[in-house]
Amino acid sequence: MNLDIENAALILSAFLFAVGTAGVLVRRNAIIVFMCVELMLNAVNLTLVVFSRSLGLEAQVLVFFVMAVAAAEAAVGLAIIIAIFRHYEGVDVDRFNLLRW
Amino acid sequence: MVSLPLLLQEAHAAYEPILPAWILLLPLIGAAVNGVGAFMWRGNKSIPSLVGPLAVIGAFVIVVLNFVAMLTAAPHDPAIVSMWTWMAAGSLSVGVDLQFDQLSILMCLVVTGVSSVIHVYSVGYMGEDPGYSRYFAYLNLFVFFMLVLVLGANFPITFVGWEGVGLCSYLLIGFWYENQDFASAGKKAFVVNRIGDFGFLIGMFLIFVHFGTLSYTQVFAAAPATLAYGGAVVTVITLFLFLGCTGKSAQIPLYVWLPDAMAGPTPVSALIHAATMVTAGVYLVARTSVLFAMSPVSQAVVAAVGAGTALFAATIATQQYDIKKVLAYSTVSQLGYMFLAVGVGAYTAGVFHLMTHAFFKALLFLGSGAVIHAMHHAYHEVHSHEDPNDMRNQGGLRRYMPITFTTMWVGTLAISGIIPFAGFFSKDEIIWYTGAYGYGILWGVALLTAMLTAGYMTRLMVMTFYGENRTGENAKSHLREVPAVMWIPLAILAVLSVIGGWVNIPDALPVLPGVHAFHDWLHPIFAPARGILESHGLNGAHASPIGGGEAMWAGISTVAAAVVILLTFRALIHRTWKPAADSVDPTGLAGVLYNKWYVDELYDRMVILPLLALWRGCWRIVDAGLIDGSINGLASSTRAVGWIGSLFQTGRVSTYMFYFVTGVLVILATFLF
Amino acid sequence: MIETAFFLLFAVLAAGGAIMMIASRNPVASLLYLVLAFFALSGIFVMLDAHFLAAVQVIVYAGAIMVLFLFVIMLLNLGHREELDMRSHLTRVAALVAGSSLFALVAALVLRGEQSSLASDEGGVVMEAILRSRGAVGAVAEPLFRSYLVPFELTSLLLLVAIVGAIVLARRRAP
Repeated sequence: MNLDIENAALILSAFLFAVGTAGVLVRRNAIIVFMCVELMLNAVNLTLVVFSRSLGLEAQVLVFFVMAVAAAEAAVGLAIIIAIFRHYEGVDVDRFNLLRW
Repeated sequence: MVSLPLLLQEAHAAYEPILPAWILLLPLIGAAVNGVGAFMWRGNKSIPSLVGPLAVIGAFVIVVLNFVAMLTAAPHDPAIVSMWTWMAAGSLSVGVDLQFDQLSILMCLVVTGVSSVIHVYSVGYMGEDPGYSRYFAYLNLFVFFMLVLVLGANFPITFVGWEGVGLCSYLLIGFWYENQDFASAGKKAFVVNRIGDFGFLIGMFLIFVHFGTLSYTQVFAAAPATLAYGGAVVTVITLFLFLGCTGKSAQIPLYVWLPDAMAGPTPVSALIHAATMVTAGVYLVARTSVLFAMSPVSQAVVAAVGAGTALFAATIATQQYDIKKVLAYSTVSQLGYMFLAVGVGAYTAGVFHLMTHAFFKALLFLGSGAVIHAMHHAYHEVHSHEDPNDMRNQGGLRRYMPITFTTMWVGTLAISGIIPFAGFFSKDEIIWYTGAYGYGILWGVALLTAMLTAGYMTRLMVMTFYGENRTGENAKSHLREVPAVMWIPLAILAVLSVIGGWVNIPDALPVLPGVHAFHDWLHPIFAPARGILESHGLNGAHASPIGGGEAMWAGISTVAAAVVILLTFRALIHRTWKPAADSVDPTGLAGVLYNKWYVDELYDRMVILPLLALWRGCWRIVDAGLIDGSINGLASSTRAVGWIGSLFQTGRVSTYMFYFVTGVLVILATFLF
Repeated sequence: MIETAFFLLFAVLAAGGAIMMIASRNPVASLLYLVLAFFALSGIFVMLDAHFLAAVQVIVYAGAIMVLFLFVIMLLNLGHREELDMRSHLTRVAALVAGSSLFALVAALVLRGEQSSLASDEGGVVMEAILRSRGAVGAVAEPLFRSYLVPFELTSLLLLVAIVGAIVLARRRAP
């Protein structure tokens, strides 16, 4: 098994993605959950960068866009969390279950 | 419009029906107008009083014109008027066709004639009833359907009339529907009739299967060739048709509705349950005489049922206290005579008795209606709630109601078969032919029944018109004779009850001239059936089972009836009865007869209760259990599935992430493997 | 050799930072571990010849987004949380299983595709050529402002919307 940097980076990216997923599944603090989502996005960015080496620079442009969108999403998401915090006096995700049947 | 001189000029031209559709349309229009009047012009009495009787009188006039035309033209074959095609489906083609021949014109005469008289009578009888318009609407509608029945040229059209008169009978029996018992009587009539109708339908289906057509002329022409004499097919067909007749004409086993039908107004009882609707069964057997003649088994069944019913009903009539019930059972008994006649092959005699019976039974019913009307009026004046129908409350009415008294005696003598009244000639002919064609036992039964008839009718007369008046001191003073609009019809029917029999006087009788008019008139109708009977051994009528000719036995039967009348009169004239409220029900044999041989109770136990139990079981197990259960089960299982589904909706993003990840894992796995 | 060592260093830092992030009790500590992971990732970007992105990663992600997170944590005063806010043991085990199977599957897929052109180092040569001709920024700028100009403009619009949204969502209701 010849692991060059690209394959290794891909495996690392898979690992980071899995860790991010596990984090979302396990943590109750909304802000931590958000950070795990950012981690997942970064894993994807890493994958894209790896592939841009062979498939062209457009992948890096995509990474650029991903970062921009992630920024926007983080801003809005945190604003929502602030608004919720005012209502629930805490950011425990398990308590946000108004969409229950 | 064709004028009479013109008709007589074309004496030997072919017979063309005159205004055939109007015979049916006039009563129908009358029914429609009166029906609308029942809603729109509620208090108006003059419109129904005019429209009701005039509609039927108009139809009667047209029928008379047709009768005269037919008399002069003397056609051999029926004249068929095709109005339009009702059903054309595959090989079945049924048109709305009317058949004008001697039998149907005769029936029309009887129906429209007696109806006209009864309509006029009703103006007086029902004058104060709030449902006046509705009554005439129903009555006119009934006449319409009865005419459809007798004028139909094929089985389905007759069946339409058959069902229609059943409907009108239901509507009229339960006319005073606020009374639960009366409404139930109407239902009973309809349901029992329905059982008979089932038989009629099966017979009709079988006829279509074997003949491919349902029109009378075609079926009867093809019958001798298509079916085997005495074969199973023709026997089954005729037996099923006869089942329908037992329903409509109140024979054993389906007669039980007729006595309860007395819940309706008396003119209804007179018209429907004496003169016309109940004769529909006899008409049907007469119409299909060819088929019956081909099955000796069916003939025997018809004759036996007829004779048995005649005797059975007569025994019950001897112990009834309700004046209308006596007449009701009398009707069942006389219908038995008619079936006996057509059963032994004496078709003309049966139809003859149908006609004379229409006269005197309508007379008797209308007379009893006059009595009830007077009693009711008297009780109403003193606010009493006694039963005006009960003969134990009557008595000595001949002083108060002389015209009714006289006409009722005419009717009684007619029904008892006393010469020269109408009933003598018709009933005698039946008894004679029964014996002469070899039905010894039935002959004896018929004789016995004739004596019973004379007996119970005399009892009725004595209880009602003779002796002490038991109405009560206060009510007595209000008893009076009925108005002219009611006793004129009585008089007309009385005259007919006297002279009605003179159209058919047997040659064998001494002194009286032989008259064959009736026989000759119906000869073309029954010739085919008679031919079949004679070719299979039915010989002429010459001697009774125990010897002696027709004249002798005619004399014996009249004398026997007269003797019974006198003896009964003597026995009962000095007897006193208590008014109905103070009387006890009879016991012993009289009690059994009073309770109608407990037949209704028997039917209840044997048929109704098991059926009710079955239906209740069906309701509980099949309907509520199975069907409702499965629907409810479907609903609850859906709910359960929904509940299971709802467990997945926790509202928490983490749970959804789990599902998401699981899905991603599955997809990745498919890429891998 | 050097390359491998550096890569291993960065990988360990990234992976370790990620795991510590999800295992830590204190939200601020979690955040800092994540920042560490981002820095490591940035290093890996450099090793993969994505110099511009490495810089942007540090500036935007570690420098802006994480700072924003920190602001919110401080604003909501969540910095002192002591009790562990993880879910039940069962959930942890399930998450572990899910995560590891996810990792295993993707890794298997990656290794299966090893025979493709990714294995060779051609890519690196091409990248170097481009970088030398246009420079790090120009290499990304050229497709960005040429082929992907419209998405670029739309992204700026998106950022505007995000700003407005954040303000609207987070403000106090007018009394």
